[in-house]
This record gives sequence, C-alpha cells and structure tokens, in this order.
Amino acid sequence: MAHPAPLVAPQPALAAALRQLVGADLIAHVHTVDEDSITVAREAVAGVMVALRDKLEYQQLMEIAGVDYPDRPDRFEVVYHLLSVTKNHRLRVRVSTDEATPVPTVVPVWPNAGWLEREVFDMYGVLFAGNPDLRRILTDYGFQGHPQRKDFPLTGYTELRYSEEDKRVVYEPVKLAQDFRNFDFLSPWEGADYVLPGDEKAGGTGEAAGKGAPTPMTAAAVKAADGKAKAPPPPTPKTTDVPQQTGAGAKTNVKAAKTSRDGASAKAAAKTPATAKAEKAPAKPRAPRKPKTGGDA
Amino acid sequence: MTDSPNVHHYGGDLFAGYPVDTADTAGDQAVTNYTINFGPQHPAAHGVLRLVLELDGEIIERVDPHVGLLHRGTEKLIEYKTYLQALPYFDRLDYCSPLGMEHSYVLAIEKLLDLEVPARAQYLRTLFAELTRICNHMLNIGSHVMDVGAMTPNLWVFELREDCLNFFERASGARMHSAYFRPGGVHQDVPERLLYDIGEWCEKRLPKLFGDAMSLVIDNRIFKQRNVDIATVSKEDALAWGFSGPMIRGSGIAWDLRKSQPYDAYAKMEFDIPVGTRGDCYDRFMVRVQEVYQSARIILQCLRDMPTGPIASLDRKVVPPKRGEMKQSMESLIHHFKLYTEGFHVPAGEVYVATESPKGEFGVYLVSDGSNKPYRCKIRPTAFSHLQAMDMMSKGHMLADTTAIIGAIDVVFGECDR
Repeated sequence: MAHPAPLVAPQPALAAALRQLVGADLIAHVHTVDEDSITVAREAVAGVMVALRDKLEYQQLMEIAGVDYPDRPDRFEVVYHLLSVTKNHRLRVRVSTDEATPVPTVVPVWPNAGWLEREVFDMYGVLFAGNPDLRRILTDYGFQGHPQRKDFPLTGYTELRYSEEDKRVVYEPVKLAQDFRNFDFLSPWEGADYVLPGDEKAGGTGEAAGKGAPTPMTAAAVKAADGKAKAPPPPTPKTTDVPQQTGAGAKTNVKAAKTSRDGASAKAAAKTPATAKAEKAPAKPRAPRKPKTGGDA
Repeated sequence: MTDSPNVHHYGGDLFAGYPVDTADTAGDQAVTNYTINFGPQHPAAHGVLRLVLELDGEIIERVDPHVGLLHRGTEKLIEYKTYLQALPYFDRLDYCSPLGMEHSYVLAIEKLLDLEVPARAQYLRTLFAELTRICNHMLNIGSHVMDVGAMTPNLWVFELREDCLNFFERASGARMHSAYFRPGGVHQDVPERLLYDIGEWCEKRLPKLFGDAMSLVIDNRIFKQRNVDIATVSKEDALAWGFSGPMIRGSGIAWDLRKSQPYDAYAKMEFDIPVGTRGDCYDRFMVRVQEVYQSARIILQCLRDMPTGPIASLDRKVVPPKRGEMKQSMESLIHHFKLYTEGFHVPAGEVYVATESPKGEFGVYLVSDGSNKPYRCKIRPTAFSHLQAMDMMSKGHMLADTTAIIGAIDVVFGECDR
C-alpha cells in the first residue's frame, strides 16, 4: 500500500454476495484501485438499494454524482456512493441513462437522496421518477440549462448586473472582453500513443515511466505494476555453509600463499582437505545478473 | 354606544343597554400558518442561507432551505484546470477549514497515481489537518455560543483562531488560502521554530484560554436551556440522513474516518473519539469541544514522532523541484517548466476519497481520463446532507431554536454551494 489515502479493508466475499443478492440486475462488478463498484440495471436501482441497505449493511448514502460522457448512447452516469459503518466498507453503484429516461428515485430508501438527486437533475438534467421535490437546487432562480454537461460552455450564457437606470438586477447575454482561453499544454510528442520513429528502443529498456508522465495505463494497471515491483525478493538466505559459498577459491589460496611486499610470509598455504576439495570443484561460470524489473527511482 | 361591528346590543335583561364584545378570542379563532424568510442575509445563517419557514405561531411547521446562493461552479472550473491548478479551489470551498478540503483532493490524486509520500510529509499533513480542525472548531464554537446569546467566549476563542491562522501563515505564507498540501507531499518545509511554537501553544495557551472560555458556557444555565433537547437526532436518523463528523458522533455513533479508515499518519496516532448520549445540539457542541483537546493531543504526537527527510515525493514527474535546484540543473528546469504548464498526467480511473474534515466526511470523487485535467471532480460537501435534515430536526421547535440548530450543524456555504 504505497499511497497514504484512507485504508479500506478488502471484502473478498463481496462479489459472491452481490451476485447472489442482486442477481440478473447486476451488470458488472469491478474492483479497481482498492474500490468496489457495481453497475446495475437502471429500472432496478431502487430495489437494489433496499437490498444493499438491509442485507449487506450499507446504511449510509454519502453521495450521488453525475458524470457526463457525451459519446455514449446513454450519456449520463449516476453514481451512488454507499458506506457501511458496520463493515467499514464503501461501495459505488452506478446506473446510466440519457436525457429523457428517468431513473427511479431512492428517496424512500434514504431521505437525504432528495437533495442529492435534485443536484444531479440541476447539473445534468437527469430525471428522477418519484422524487417528490425535483426542483433546481444550486443554480439561480429561473436558470435555464444544465451547467455540468460537457457541452455547456464554462462561461455560461447569461450574466447579471445591477442596473442603475432600472434600479434592479438585470440579466443579459454574456459579453466577454476576451474569449475564454483554454490552453492546451499537451505536447504532441508525449501524448502520442504510437511509437515515434527512432524511439523504438524507448519502450524496451524495462524502465518504468515516472508517476505523472503520460501513460496509456489505467490507474488499476499502474497499481498492479507497482504491486509487482514492490514484491519482496524470493527468500535466498546468504550462508557460508560450503567453501564455494564463501566466494574464495583456489585462486585466492594461491594469492594468499605469495609473500607479501613487506616480506612477511603468509601463513603456510598448507592444503587442508577442504581447500583441496574446493580446488577440485569445477569453476562454475557466474550466472548472469537478472535485470531489474520495473523499479522506479 | 360605539359603531364597532363587533359590538352588539342584546335585547335581554342582563345586558340591557350594555355593549358586549363578541370578537374571536384565542380559543375560537382559526390561526393560519404563515411563512417567513430567514436570511439570506442573517448573521446567524453563517453565510448566505435562505430558510423559508412555515410557522404556526412561533412553532416551526416546515423548513425549506434554499441553498446555492454561493454557487460558483467550482466543479465545472476544475474540469478546465490541471490537477495542480485546481488545488486552490479547495481552499475556497470551506474557507474555515481550508486544509481539510485540500487533504481529500491530494489523497485522491495520490491514490490514482499510487504515489508514495515521505513520512515527514505525512506527519506535516496530519499536524496541519488537526490544526485546521482546532481553527475550524474555534470559529464554530464561538459563533454557536454567540448565536444563542453569549458574547465573551466568542471573543476569547477568536484569539486562538488568530493564533492558528498565524501558524498557517508561517508555514505556507497565507493565512487562509494556504494551498499547502500538494500531490506528493506539502509545498515546503516548516521552520523548526514554528514546530516548537505550535507545541508550546498546544501545551500551554490552548488548554488555558480554551478551558477558560468553555467554563463560561458548558455549565451555563441559559446555554443549556437553549441547546439541551433541541433537535434530537436518533442513531437511525443520523444514519439514514447521511450524517457524518460531529453530527453523527453527537448522536452516539463512534464513527470517525481517522480511526476506521486511517490516512496519512493517523494510523500511528493515539486519540479518543468523543460521542454524545442524547443527540441534541448540546451534544454536538460538546463533541466539538472535546475534539479540540484530542486534536491538540494528535498535534503533540506528530511533533514528538515527526521524522526528518524530504517533505514531498522525489518523483520529479509529479512534484516540481525547488527553485534553488532549478538554477543549478537543466533537468530540474525542464521538470519545473513542464509541471507548471502541462502538469502531470493521472492514469485513467476513478476514486472516491473521503477524509474526516472538521465538519464531517468531505469526499472527492475524481474521474480521470488519463490526461492532465480531471474529467470530473465531484465534491461531496458535509453540509449538504446536514442542512437537508433541517426540516426533520426543526419540526416542532421554536423559531428562536433555528439559530442553535444551524450553529450546531456547522455549515459554511462556500462548501455547501460549491
């Protein structure tokens, strides 16, 4: 566990329990970056939530987030974040929908879903069937549009000011003295996902790219690679039980027998049975050193 | 004889010649509820909160909080900024506990990057997160007691808050919007003298001044009358309404993310979780008072155990080098330039990271598409769920209790409205 983010113990039995509990409505269950998230069928979400709350002890609904993926046919994702205070675990439940199809409300399951759904409605225009009070919540009274959609401009469409002539606040179309400048700092030679000519060797050194460098890997893949790199080396205890392991051999003995420069004769290099045996041992060629795998400096 | 329409002249003997008032008295008049506005400019609203209150006399029948008057589109803006540029927005969410907001965000990025953070940085972040908690509780405790009528403690605890802000300034250069926590560590190391001063402050000044201020209120008869048994929330309600932080602990559930899902150096810290017994405003207040002492305890442990070493990850693809280094080395110059223009890339994926901010669970749901800008950054404010329960909590209470209830929620609108 390299990162210092909140530690949540994994739940190995969760996948089976979810499959058994949610059944056919469970579209996908993924465990990435230490977090469990499931995708469920849109129509079944309210029932699934009741089951998750009552059977799997996810007592709290902490958050409902909308995400907009304009390229998908069901462009909106509604992401529920559940928390179990008894099992100390978080679960993410997602459903997808489009502009017109309503998502069943979960207000009867958790009363605080009311405002959270209102916010998703306000920001994305996702409809929630059965929400008793689906008004806008964060935007201005009388606001039009859904500002968190990816096709809504950052600068918006209307601006307001106090008009001295009318003695009231007036709404006007946005007039910018300078267009909004969205700088693109992505360098073309780093963002490319093909191998540039002359760069063929770059991928073959086995050296992992730095953490913040552009990478085609996902966060889960990065985490898996880190886990592999940080795995402890296989246990090879260093011992000197046999003479071969000492690193010394016949060559050393010969050298030790020579008289040193200051004239003091070395200890008689009398051949003990052990050294004799060592000399007879075939000199093994040294195994090539293993290349380092994926270590990051 | 008057001409009033309510005065009739009976023909009977008893009232002969006397005018009799037949206007409705309290018993036979049908009183209709009426609706009043609380805020959006009200000193006890802690910002721009508009409450539409439906009252039966002085009893609250229904509360409809209107939020969003401070909506600034932070989440939209973050989608147009690099990860580092988006960081200062978090200071400006809950401007009473800026570092608590930054904490969730940097942890979310580090989780996606799977980035290791040096021990000293983790201790520094823990220390300043707890200092932020004290700073935040000073504001809340002070304004809560002022909302229900006490003046002096507020002035005293504001002294302590000022001390905290001075510590932030000495660490980061800014009193409030510190931008001190960075992905990979903290921005810069602190002077040794600052750590010494924080330790001395936690041991001497804080317990004395805070203890004095609290001795004025916690056993005060008026303060108890205004808070005890006001807005009682049961354990079941606290769970169902998504409460967190002092609100859920005030209801008697010992749930603290610092203990249950420890991050940074919290796993090595020793501290207690104060919980309430009745779940009323007084319990929430007392939970915060006790948390201040526990925070001071954590700070002293951080100071005792803090190792030396780097204050940010040495991974130069995420953490920019110092300026001094930049003047000497070409490599550092390139990294510095690249990180402050393009920024670092975060691998595709999504995380929800929540920390125990002073007000409760502050979460960041970060969706990355592998580029240098967040695809989506959903902020989970603490106040949203708490404020939503205003209706449930204030039903049947008096109009004057509204201020105590809002004070005990500890709501700040920069964070609620984003």
